[in-house]
Amino acid sequence: MPPVDIADRLRALPLGSAVALKLDPREYADHYFAVLNATLRDVGAEANNHTVYVAVTNPASFVWSLAQALDVSPDRISFVDAISHLMMNFANPLANATYVESPRALEEIMLRVEYLLRRYPHPRTTVVIDSVNSLAIHNPPELLSEFFHILLSNLKTRQVLTLVLETTDEEAAAIDQMLNLVVDETIDVARAGR
Amino acid sequence: METPPGSVPVGADRELASSQTSLERCKTGIEGLDSILEGGIPRGNTVLVAGSVGTGKTTLCLEFLVRGAERGERSLFLSVTEASKKLIQNLSTFDFFRPELVADGSLVFVDLPLVYRKLGLEREELAPEEIDILLRTICGLVRSLGIRRLVLDSLTSLCYRIRRDEQIRDFLLRLGAELSAESCTSLLVSEIGPQAGRYSAHGVEEAIVDGVILLWNSRRMGDILRVLQIVKMRGTSHSRTQYVIELTPIGMLMAPHMKGARGGSEGVG
Repeated sequence: MPPVDIADRLRALPLGSAVALKLDPREYADHYFAVLNATLRDVGAEANNHTVYVAVTNPASFVWSLAQALDVSPDRISFVDAISHLMMNFANPLANATYVESPRALEEIMLRVEYLLRRYPHPRTTVVIDSVNSLAIHNPPELLSEFFHILLSNLKTRQVLTLVLETTDEEAAAIDQMLNLVVDETIDVARAGR
Repeated sequence: METPPGSVPVGADRELASSQTSLERCKTGIEGLDSILEGGIPRGNTVLVAGSVGTGKTTLCLEFLVRGAERGERSLFLSVTEASKKLIQNLSTFDFFRPELVADGSLVFVDLPLVYRKLGLEREELAPEEIDILLRTICGLVRSLGIRRLVLDSLTSLCYRIRRDEQIRDFLLRLGAELSAESCTSLLVSEIGPQAGRYSAHGVEEAIVDGVILLWNSRRMGDILRVLQIVKMRGTSHSRTQYVIELTPIGMLMAPHMKGARGGSEGVG
């Protein structure tokens, strides 16, 4: 069976779905770019769509520079940045970003997502969480499970598409198991067409 | 996040609490708070908003008044410590505030120190007859202006001048009764220390009021979160869960305070 395009898979999902996007660490750069292409450029650029990007792995400024290279319009994306403060990388805050002081402040991440959903209401919204692995570095597993359970349930009731980026390796087996309990579907980027 | 879990009755549980839910509600206009209060504070209740500095007491109270004024319920802020001008300036940073509400008299600010001066209540400790004058003045304001929502910020500062517990108790009982008779829902700000172990400076206030909303800072792995909990609210089957709050330009937002399997965080005030 030929690989299916990531964007097509996302388009085919029912409203309110939660999806784990699995990236292979050996091909991380390629996979990450494929995901950005699909989510920000292809699906994100469609009419009435808005993306809320939760940046934990890289600062929002870095993701935004990649998004600009993909010709993503600034009014199509807003960021919850939970890493810049921790990295002391806060000199030039983005106009379309809200900054949480620490990736450990999980409730604040939830509330900033909520804030952006209310501030910029769109008929179709995608929330991208980048990534479960980075959140797991800063948070104990019990807390992380609770966070994903509450956040994804809430976004489901609001019919928001949620994409959780996950880097798969043997050490991340527990994360993978936890995520499988809360998402509706998993897309293996290595197997999907780009 | 806006339909948080907790002990708020839903479905069949609502029937069990039906005698309480039938009370008329004063919607705070803060979605999460109304949700955990079964639709709002029972109309005419007097509620203590207790917390240490920087926990969001004044902001919560201001939003309660602005949302009320927007709904056509005339609202009064009695300020003991902070000048009204400064409060209005701070309010202008919020998207939900419109200066017209102050201009057209829907939202009224009164500096209590000016009232003291006008009434000649200059002594540091008020005599019983002076307490009576103050009480009648506040209730007179509420009656004459048709106030439906009142905030006193803070009860603690006011009580510095009413030092005996029995006088505070009597003042609060009469204030609560008078405001309730006017269908005025009131929030009384109570300043407490970080590890107070009670909800007011004197420890008598919480027993008299109809409700207690507690705010504090909670520390988790070095980070501080603002947390809210409804400790008491007569006439409603409220949630007893803890919620993290965020004071945003569009108003106060709430999310369940996560504990993790090991209990999560500790209070710092």
